Amino acid sequence: MSEGLKLDAVRITDGRQMVIVADCTIAPGAVMTIMGPSGVGKSTLLAFVTGTLNRAFTATGRVLLDGEDITSLPPHRRHVGILYQDDILFPHMSVGQNLAFGMERGGKRADRWATVVAALSEIGLEGFAHRDPATLSGGQAARVQLLRVLLSQPRALLLDEAFSRLDTNRRTQIRTLVFNMARDRNLPVLMVTHDAEDARAAGGHIITLGE
Amino acid sequence: MLRHVPLVTLVVMIGPVVAGLWGALIPALGHLPGAGLTGPSFEAIRALFDWPGLERALRLSVSTGVLATVLSLLIVVLVTAGWSGTRTFALLQRVLAPILSVPHAAAAFGVAFLIAPSGWLARLASPWLTGWDRPPDLLIIQDPAGLAMTAGLVTKEVPFLLLMTLAALGQVQQEQRLKTARTLGYDRVTGWLKCVFPAVYRQIRLPVYVVLAYSMSVVDVAMILGPTRPPSLSVQIVKWMGDPDLSMRLVAAAGALLQLALVIGALGFWRLGEIGFAWLGRIWIEAGQRGGLDPVLRIGGICMGILSAMATLLALLGLFVWSISGFWGFPNAFPEGFTLRNWERHGPGTLEAAAETFLVAGAATGLALVLVLGCLEAEHRSGRTLTTRGLWLLYLPLLVPQTAFLPGLQNLLLSVGADVGRGPVILAHLVFVLPYVFLSLGDSWRAWDPRNAVVAGTLGAAPWRVFWQVRLPMLLRPILTAVAVGMAVSVGQYLPTLLIGGGRVATLTTEAVALASGGDRRAIGVYSLMQTLAALLPFALAILVPAMAWRNRRGLHV
Amino acid sequence: MRFLPLVAALAFPMAAAATPDPSDWEAVLQEADGQTVYWNAWGGSTTTNDFIAWVGARVSERHGVTLEHVKLTDTADAVTRVVSEKQAGEDSDGAIDLIWINGANFAAMKEADLLFGPFAEQLPNWGYVDTEGKTVRTDFTVPTEGYESPWAMAQVVFMYDTADITEPFGSMTAILEWAKANPGRFTYPQPPDFLGTTFLKQALVDLTDDIEVLQKPVTEVDYDAVTAPLWSFLEELTPNLWRQGRAYPQSGPAQLQLIADGEIDLAISFSPGEATAAIANNQLPDTVRTFVLDNGTIGNASFVAIPYNSGSAAGAMVVANVLMSPEAQLRAQDPEVLGYGTVLDMDKIPRDDRAAFEALDLGIATLSPEELGNVQAEPHPSWMTRIAEEWATRYGTAR
Repeated sequence: MSEGLKLDAVRITDGRQMVIVADCTIAPGAVMTIMGPSGVGKSTLLAFVTGTLNRAFTATGRVLLDGEDITSLPPHRRHVGILYQDDILFPHMSVGQNLAFGMERGGKRADRWATVVAALSEIGLEGFAHRDPATLSGGQAARVQLLRVLLSQPRALLLDEAFSRLDTNRRTQIRTLVFNMARDRNLPVLMVTHDAEDARAAGGHIITLGE
Repeated sequence: MLRHVPLVTLVVMIGPVVAGLWGALIPALGHLPGAGLTGPSFEAIRALFDWPGLERALRLSVSTGVLATVLSLLIVVLVTAGWSGTRTFALLQRVLAPILSVPHAAAAFGVAFLIAPSGWLARLASPWLTGWDRPPDLLIIQDPAGLAMTAGLVTKEVPFLLLMTLAALGQVQQEQRLKTARTLGYDRVTGWLKCVFPAVYRQIRLPVYVVLAYSMSVVDVAMILGPTRPPSLSVQIVKWMGDPDLSMRLVAAAGALLQLALVIGALGFWRLGEIGFAWLGRIWIEAGQRGGLDPVLRIGGICMGILSAMATLLALLGLFVWSISGFWGFPNAFPEGFTLRNWERHGPGTLEAAAETFLVAGAATGLALVLVLGCLEAEHRSGRTLTTRGLWLLYLPLLVPQTAFLPGLQNLLLSVGADVGRGPVILAHLVFVLPYVFLSLGDSWRAWDPRNAVVAGTLGAAPWRVFWQVRLPMLLRPILTAVAVGMAVSVGQYLPTLLIGGGRVATLTTEAVALASGGDRRAIGVYSLMQTLAALLPFALAILVPAMAWRNRRGLHV
Repeated sequence: MRFLPLVAALAFPMAAAATPDPSDWEAVLQEADGQTVYWNAWGGSTTTNDFIAWVGARVSERHGVTLEHVKLTDTADAVTRVVSEKQAGEDSDGAIDLIWINGANFAAMKEADLLFGPFAEQLPNWGYVDTEGKTVRTDFTVPTEGYESPWAMAQVVFMYDTADITEPFGSMTAILEWAKANPGRFTYPQPPDFLGTTFLKQALVDLTDDIEVLQKPVTEVDYDAVTAPLWSFLEELTPNLWRQGRAYPQSGPAQLQLIADGEIDLAISFSPGEATAAIANNQLPDTVRTFVLDNGTIGNASFVAIPYNSGSAAGAMVVANVLMSPEAQLRAQDPEVLGYGTVLDMDKIPRDDRAAFEALDLGIATLSPEELGNVQAEPHPSWMTRIAEEWATRYGTAR
C-alpha cells in the first residue's frame, strides 16, 4: 500500500532570514498546492525534495516516499520527478531520445523505442520521435516533458510553476492532462504556483507560505 | 577522486612557477655548483647593477608596459563605450576574434615590415607621395623609446582586452545601466563611462594586470621590434643565460628576480593609479556633466579600433606577399616576381615543425582540458564556486614574468634528470595553457542551466552520466572553443619551448624567431603564416564541428 | 696483441684516447649505423640550413646516421647546454652531439674539458685537408689539437651595391671618407655578434701599423696604444652610420635585407660566396659585388666539435668526416648552394675532384681565390673579448 509523499518536520533555513517549515502528507493521486510570494522559498522546498538543495541552506527533517526515507538518497535514486515552467528538454537529443533518457536501463533497443513511439501516439504526438526539441510549440514541449518524466516511473511528481509559461487555453489543457495522468498512476503531486486558478483546479490541500 | 582534481590542478599550475622562482633565487645569491661557483655571495647582484644598460632597460620595461596597457585599455573602452550593441561593434568583434589567435611573434614580424622606413607603408606611398627613392634614415624599428614595440603589443592586446570586456559586459547588466543613464540625459559615451565602466573594470582588472605584466617582460616581440642599445631586461636575461661565461648565469638569475620585483612594483603602482583614477572619476560623476564630446569620442574610438585591426591584417598580408615573392626592392609596392620557391624550400621544414607544434599543443591542451573539466565538475558537485583568491591563483602563472621563473625551472629539471624532450615542454606549456582554458570555459560552464542537471538526476541519471551524456554534449561548442584557445596559447609559446626543450623541440614559433636573426623575410613569411594557420585551425574546427554535429539541433545554434 | 687496448684501458683509465676510437674507422662506421646526431648549428641562414639538410641526406643514405639540425641563434646556447648537463651529471647521453663552433666558444669548451677527442686528425678525409696554407690547426691562435674538425674556410669580404657605389674601397680609411660623404648608408652587426666583432678586428688590423702584436694575448702589450686608431676611427664613423649608430642590425644576414631594402649600400661578410648565393635566392639585387681591402682581410676556418657527453660520438665523427669529403666541400663552395671556401688542398684530392673544383663557376659576386688575395691571421681571442667589451661600454648603450 503506497503511502504517498510525506514531509516530516522539515525545516529549511538560509541562516539569515528565510525559514521554511513544512509538515504534511500527500496521498497518492492527490495534489497539494503551495502558494506564496516570490522569494519565500517555494522552489527551495522542491529542491529539498529532489535532493538538490543548495549548500547555502541547512535543512532538518525527513522526506518519506511510500514509507521509505529518501532524505539521504542522491537525486537519481529518489524516483521523484519534476516539471519546470521552461521545458528543460535536452537540446542535443531528439524528442525520442529525450523520452528514452529516463526509462529504465536494459531491454532491447527496439523494445525501448517501441515504448517511446507508443507513448507519443498516446499523447497525440505521432511521428515526433525524431524531431528536434527546439522546433516544438509550447504545448507540444510541455507534453513531451510530461511524458518524459512519466516514462521514468516516478513515485511522486513535483511541479515548479509548471504552467506559467503557457497561454490560457493551452494552460487548462496541459494542466488537466498532468493531473489526470498523475491520478491514473497514483502519484502524489506537490505543486508550487502563484496562480489561484491552478490551485483551484488541483482541488487538493492548499498551503500558503510567508507572512 | 574528483575531489582531488582542484588540488592537482593547482600543483600542476603553480608548482613550476614556485620551483622556477626558487631555482632563480639560489643562483642569484651566488650558488651554482655545476659551474663551480658556491655562494652565498652578492657578486651576481653587484654585476647586475654594474651593467651599464640596466637603468635604461628598467625604464624601458616600465614605460612600454604601462604605455601599451594604457593604450590598449583606452582603445577598448572607447570602442565599447561608443559602439557596443551596434552592428559595427559586432563586425569589429568578429574581425578581432581570430586576430587573438595570431601568435605574437608573427604579428610582430608583420608590423615590423609594415612600419619600417623601407616597409610596406613607405613603399606604397613612394615615390609618388613622398618623393623617396631611398628609404629615409629614420629610427622606427628598434627605436630607443620602445614605441614600435608598444605598437606591436597593442595590436595583440586590444583583441584580448576586448574579449575580456565582452565577457564582463554580460555580467553587469549593461543594457539597463545604459538605458538609465540615457534617460537621465547623458550621452552614450559619458553614460557608459560613468555607469558601466566601473563595474566592467572590476571584472577585467586581472586581465589588465596580465597585459601589464606581459608587456613589461615579453621576449620575442622585444627581440623583433624593441630597442637593442640596450635591449629590454627580459631579452638581456635570455642573453645572459646563453653566455659561455658561466658566471653570467648568476647575473641572469639576479636579473630574473629584479624583473619579478619590477613587475610587482608596476602592478602596485597601477593599483594606486586605479584608486586615484577612481577618486577623480567620482568627482567627475558627481559633477553631473552630461557629456558633449560624444561624436568625437565615438569616431576616435572606432578609428583606433579599426586601425589596430587593420594593422594586424595588413601585417599578415605583408607576410603572405613576402612568402611568395621573388626579389622585392624599395620602393616597389609589390615584388618584381612571384614564386612558389620559398614555399617549396621551407614548406617541408614547416610541416615538420608543425607536427611537433601540434603534438605539444594537443597534449598540453588535452591535459589542461581534463583538469579543467574535473575542476569545474568538482565545483559543481560540491556547490563551491571559484573564490577571488582562487581566481588570483589561476592568474598567477600569467602574472609572473616568464623570464623570472623559466630559467630557474630549466636548472631544476636538469638536476633531476627530467631534462630534454617533449615531456617537460608539454608540462611547461600546461602551466600557461591551463589558466586560459579555465577562463575560456568557466563562464559558459557556469552559465549552463543547472535545472538540466536536476531534471537529468530526477530521471535517474547518476552524476557521471549527467556529465557525459547531458552536460558535455550541450557544452560542445564552448569546450571546443576553450580547446582552440589553449592550442593557440601553446602554438605561440616561445621561451618555454626554447629553454625547457633544450633545443630538441622545434616548434613553428621557435623556428620563426630563430630565423628573425637572419633577416630573410621570405622564410619568416612562410613560417609566420604557418604559425598563424596552426593557431587558427583549432578555431575553425571549433566552429565547424558543432555546426556539423548540431546541424539538426536548433537549440544549440549560436 | 688483441689485449693491448684492454690493458691500455685498464692501465691508463684516464687515457686521452677517445671512445669510440676514431682510428678504427670500421668500428666507428658500424657503431654509427642507426645513431641520431643532433648537430647544433646556427640556424639564421636559410642557405646553410639547406646545406645541412643535404649532409643529413648523405649520411643517412650511406651510413645509416640520422642528422637532426638544431637551429641556434647563438652558439653560446649550445655551450651553456653542455655545461648544464655536466653540472647535472649527465655524462653519457647529452642533448648535443655536434656543434658548429670556433673561437672563444671553442677555447672555453676545450679549457673546461667539455669536448670529445682528439678525433679530427684520425678521420679518413683529414688527408685531403690543406694543413699548410690554411689555418685549420689553430683556432684564433688556440691550437685545436684534434678536438675540432674543419669544414669551411671563411674570409672577410665587403658586399657593395654597384648601383650606388662605383668603385670598391681599398682600406678602412677610404670607407670612412665615403661614409662621411654618404651618411646612413653603412652599418655593421651589433657586437657581440660574431660578424660585428669581426668588423672591429678587421678595422683594427687594417688601421694598425704592427700586425704581429695582435697575435699576442692582449695582456702582454699596451692595449690602449694599439687600439687607439680603432677608437678614433669609430668616433668619426659612428655618427655617419645607418641610423647614426643608434641601432644596429643584429646579425650578418640581417644586413642582406637592409641592402635589398635600399637602406644601406655596403656591408661586411665572412663568406666570399654569400653575396652570389643571396642573389640567386632573390635576397639581394643582382647589382651587388664584393671586394677585399688592399692589405688583405681576415680569414679563419669553421669547425665542428663533439661534446664529451655525446651519446652518438661515432655518428658525429661520421658527419664530421663527410663534411671534409671532396663531394661536400665542392657542394659547399658552389655559390648556388652556400659559397663557402674549402679547407681542402687541391693538390691532395683525387684528380677528378680537382677538375670539378676548377670547373666550378663561382658566381657573379664572388672573387676568385687569386682576387681574394692576402689572408690575414685572426688576432688572439683575448683581443676580441676586450674590444667587444669596450665597444659595449662606448657604443652598446644609448646615452
